[in-house]
Amino acid sequence: MSHGIQDDTIRRLARLRLRARALEAIRTFFTNRDYLAVETPIRLPAPALELHIDALSSGPQFLRTSPELHLKRLLADGAERVFEIGSCFRADERGLRHLPEFTMLEWYRAGADYRDLMEETEALVAAVWAAVRQEPAFAPSVSGVDGPWARLTVRDAFLQFAGWDPVAHYDPDRFDLDLVQLVEPGLPRERPLFLTDYPVEAAALARCRPEVPPVAERWELYAGGLELANAYSELTDAAEQRRRFEACAVDRAALGKTVYPLDEAFMAALERGLPPSAGIALGLDRLIMVLTGAERIDDVRAFVP
Amino acid sequence: MFTVSDLRKGLKIEIDGQPFEITEFTFMKPGKGQAIYTCRVKHMVNGATMVKTYRQVDRIDEPNLTMKECSFSYQNGDHYVFMDDHFEELNLEATFLGDRRHWLVEDMRVNVLFHNNQPVDVTLPTFVEKEIAHTDPGARGNTATNVMKPAKLSSGYELQVPLFINTGDIIKLDTRTGKYADRVSKK
Repeated sequence: MSHGIQDDTIRRLARLRLRARALEAIRTFFTNRDYLAVETPIRLPAPALELHIDALSSGPQFLRTSPELHLKRLLADGAERVFEIGSCFRADERGLRHLPEFTMLEWYRAGADYRDLMEETEALVAAVWAAVRQEPAFAPSVSGVDGPWARLTVRDAFLQFAGWDPVAHYDPDRFDLDLVQLVEPGLPRERPLFLTDYPVEAAALARCRPEVPPVAERWELYAGGLELANAYSELTDAAEQRRRFEACAVDRAALGKTVYPLDEAFMAALERGLPPSAGIALGLDRLIMVLTGAERIDDVRAFVP
Repeated sequence: MFTVSDLRKGLKIEIDGQPFEITEFTFMKPGKGQAIYTCRVKHMVNGATMVKTYRQVDRIDEPNLTMKECSFSYQNGDHYVFMDDHFEELNLEATFLGDRRHWLVEDMRVNVLFHNNQPVDVTLPTFVEKEIAHTDPGARGNTATNVMKPAKLSSGYELQVPLFINTGDIIKLDTRTGKYADRVSKK
């Protein structure tokens, strides 16, 4: 065995040890805050309808792309704080930062909005960092992981790095392309950053705030150039949610994509009443990448396809 | 036509009617947004590189590439004449062949790649045997194994060879690198 291979194996195992510690710290963090740890279905008949997220099929059903809809059903049932750590699957996603099977951490909290989740996310990552910083041999890819972090609106970021305002005049093709090619590379990297207040057209399942022009109460967390998490003040208006799902179904059909059935159990929960709440999905593999300075998502998992 | 899921390093694609090869490939996807596929591509004939970005809905042209085996016949000034199995002649210029022209030997079998019937690349056998036309004698007493000295082929091509190689020796040359590979026989 050459030295190179031996060193790689040692580093990989060290990263896995750090990952195990991080998982333990995350569970402790949420348990201390009265969050209920849950496991929701991985195989389901109706994955959430989103234009650019494609589910892998599993017999007549699908593998979940996120536990979002089930976790919100638990909120509607009266659970006030829930969290889940588990595998999610997305078709055709493979790159330095993407795996078709990856680990997601999601949590939902009644009575909170997307601002509260900024603070809670800062506190979570600080707690994880405190638990893993003793692990030798790794330096995080960004300083200031223990917070507080920078905040920048989508409008200001686009005006600064792409020269136009997507909140006033949305252009879906230009938005994604400029986000990847101009905005993300331009974002300051000295410390993590919340990119906040998305165009309503890019709201997905977020609540919109009636300003002029209106914005979606949504943020994405960036650290060291890596997109780590997506959070919303949740949309609780059942009629508006149904309208968005149906519009998305039409758009998916137009692109020749599979149109998943509407999750009527979720819709029924919304109609019964989802409390005002906020929720977040955080890519656990990417958090470990940031904490260990890993360049490739493959480096932080025990096995990859 | 290719779709974005076909994109990978090494794939040959057509952009504005020109043949390109993908030399680097990155998959990016902003949260909730559409996937962005960024490719660095290299022109298959002139080597010019550029960056090309595709979205999930884009379709990519497939170049019409064909491969033909030919034999090297003879040199006529700056022209090198090859013949395919139907005795049809193919003329390639010295500038097109580059250093490869120095390594041709009569009746050598080569693979010629065509794009829309225009030759774009020639692949020689990986190793060719050539005679050393001239090299100075190696300095006596120098026993280090990795010391090299200059040598020349009859075509004028210059390369580095080990000290024990003499004028008149036959060597094996690696056509992927243009470098000395092995000694075949002593004079």
